Amino acid sequence: MTDGNNLVYTGRVWKFGDLINTDMIMPTTAFRLPKNRQHTLCFEAIRPGWAGQVKSGDILVAGENFGMGSSRPIGEVLRACGIVAVVAESINGLALRNCVNSSLPALNCPGVAALFEDGDTARVDFLAGRIENVTRKRSLEAAPLAPLLAEIVAAGGVIPMLLKDGDIHAEPFVAASS
Amino acid sequence: MVRPGDVAVCRPDIVIHIDLPMAIEGAWYRPRKVFDRERVAVIFDHAVPSPSIKDASAMAEGRRFAKEFGLKHMFDVGQHGISHVVAAERGLTRPGELLVCADSHTCASGGLNCAGRGTGIPDALQAITRGVVWYLVTPTVRYEFKGELGPMVSGKDVFFHIAQTWGGHGNTSIEYGGPGLRALAMSDRRTMATMSAEIGAEFAIFDYDELTADFLKGRLDRPATPAHPDADADYLDVRTVDLSQVEPYVILPDSVPRNGVRLSSFAKQIRIDQAFIGSCANGLIEDLRVAAQVVRGHKVAAGVRFIVTPGSQAVYLQALREGLLETLIEAGAVVTNSTCGACFGYHMGVLGPGEVCITASPRNFKGRMGSTEASVYLGSPATVAASALTGVITDPRTVTSARA
Repeated sequence: MTDGNNLVYTGRVWKFGDLINTDMIMPTTAFRLPKNRQHTLCFEAIRPGWAGQVKSGDILVAGENFGMGSSRPIGEVLRACGIVAVVAESINGLALRNCVNSSLPALNCPGVAALFEDGDTARVDFLAGRIENVTRKRSLEAAPLAPLLAEIVAAGGVIPMLLKDGDIHAEPFVAASS
Repeated sequence: MVRPGDVAVCRPDIVIHIDLPMAIEGAWYRPRKVFDRERVAVIFDHAVPSPSIKDASAMAEGRRFAKEFGLKHMFDVGQHGISHVVAAERGLTRPGELLVCADSHTCASGGLNCAGRGTGIPDALQAITRGVVWYLVTPTVRYEFKGELGPMVSGKDVFFHIAQTWGGHGNTSIEYGGPGLRALAMSDRRTMATMSAEIGAEFAIFDYDELTADFLKGRLDRPATPAHPDADADYLDVRTVDLSQVEPYVILPDSVPRNGVRLSSFAKQIRIDQAFIGSCANGLIEDLRVAAQVVRGHKVAAGVRFIVTPGSQAVYLQALREGLLETLIEAGAVVTNSTCGACFGYHMGVLGPGEVCITASPRNFKGRMGSTEASVYLGSPATVAASALTGVITDPRTVTSARA
C-alpha cells in the first residue's frame, strides 16, 4: 500500500543504470517549454517515449551517481512524470536536494540496482529505510531519510512551506515568450 | 558540533540570484521579503545579453526584484559575468563564510576558502526569504599537494588527475591544501574548486594562504575570518598529489570520473569542429593569457571554430588592455561577450549533430553543448588552444616546444 503520509510507496519500478545526469532528465531544450510540458522530454535522449509510458505512482530505481549535474529542477520534472519515489545506489548531493525540496523522496541504497528488474513492484519505506521487491520477495535496508528532509517531503516541498508562511507570492512568475 | 549523516541548518552569509531560474517557467516565485538586502545579490550570467524574449523577460524580473527590495548588490548587463567569477572579483566570495546560489558550480567559491555547494531554485528562494539553507553533513577527503607544475600543465589537469586516480567523490566534501599549495595560482585553485562538482563533491574548499590574501586585497568591504582545518580533524582519507608528476589530460565524452587519458599516451587523432575556452571553470585572465601564448603568431586550423568567452566584464577588459584579444582574434578566434553561453548549449557556440568539441568548460554530458549527437571532450585552456591550431586534440607541450 502506498501511504504518502508515512513516506511508504508501492509502485512499478523503472530501472535505469549508472551516471544518469540532470541533462537526461531535463534537457536544456526543456527550459524553453511551458511548465506543463517540461517533463515531456524526460529521458528522451536515452529512453525515447518514456514520459508517455510512466504512470502516476511509479518508482525510479537507478545506479551510481544518480542525478549528477546541474541545478535544474529535476524533482519537479520527475514528479510531473508521475514518479513518487527515487532509490539509487548513490544519489548526487544536489540531485537529492532537488528531489527532496520538490517533495520527491530519494534514498541512497547500496545494492538496490541488483534488487530490481525493470517492471518489478517495489515497496519503499523512507522512514524505516526498508526497500522491498514485492515481485521477487527480497529486500534491503538503507539509512532512512533524515527527519528534517522527511518533514520537507511531507510538507509538499519547500515552495508550499514558503507559500504557507506568505514568504513568496502565490503564483509562479512566468517570463513572457512572445 | 555536527557529524556525517546530520543535517545542518545554516544562515548564509551571501545569497546570489542568477537569471536562469526566472527563465524556467514555474521555477521562480516572487519573494515577499528578503532576509537581508545587503546579503542577497543579483548577477546575470547564463543568458547575457538576452538571446530570447523569455530571457529578456527573466532579466526584467531580476531588475524588478532588486529594485523592490533595494538590494545592495546588483550586477546588470554591463557589470555582468559568470556569477562565480563576478562574486570573487567583487568581494562577495569571502573566506570562512557561506555562499548560496542555485547553480551547480557554486563550489567555485571554495577556491577562496568560502563554503558553497550547488543548490536548487527552492533552496535559493528559502535562503533569499528566510536566510536558511540545509546541508547534509558529509565526511571529508583531504588532498595534500607537493612539488610544482610543469610547463603547460594547469590546475585543470591536476583536477583531472584526481578524477582519474580516485574517481567519484559523491556525498563527500574535499579539502585542498598542503605544502605545494603555494605553487598553485589562485586561478588554478578556482578552476579546481569549480570542477569538483563534476566528481560529485559536496563542499570543495582550499586552505587560506598568502595567495588568497593577495587576491582578496582591496576587494573585501570588511574583514573576513578564514576557516582553517582543525588540527585533530577526522578525514575519510588523506591523499598526496605530487604536482610535478601531473601531465595534461583529455577527458573523453559524457562524464568525468575515471574517463580521462594522459595526452602523452593519447594515440587517437580526434578531429574537432569547435574549441572553447570560457565558463566558470576557465574563463579567467590567466586562462586567456595561456590561450594567447599558445596561438600567438599562428592560425586556427581550417574548419575549426575557436570560441573564447571571458568569465566577466572585468576579465574581458583586462584581456583587452593586455592585447590578448588582438592576439586571439588575429589567430582566428571568436571572442564573445562574457556569459555561460556555449558551456551549457544555450547560445553563442551551440554544437550540431555529429560535431566534436574540445572545451575548457566543466561539463561533458551528452547534449550538454547542443545536439545529443555531438561529442564533448574536456581539456585545459592550453590543450584547447593547441587543439584549435592543429584541428585535432593535441598535447599543448608538443605545440609550444616545437615553436621554442
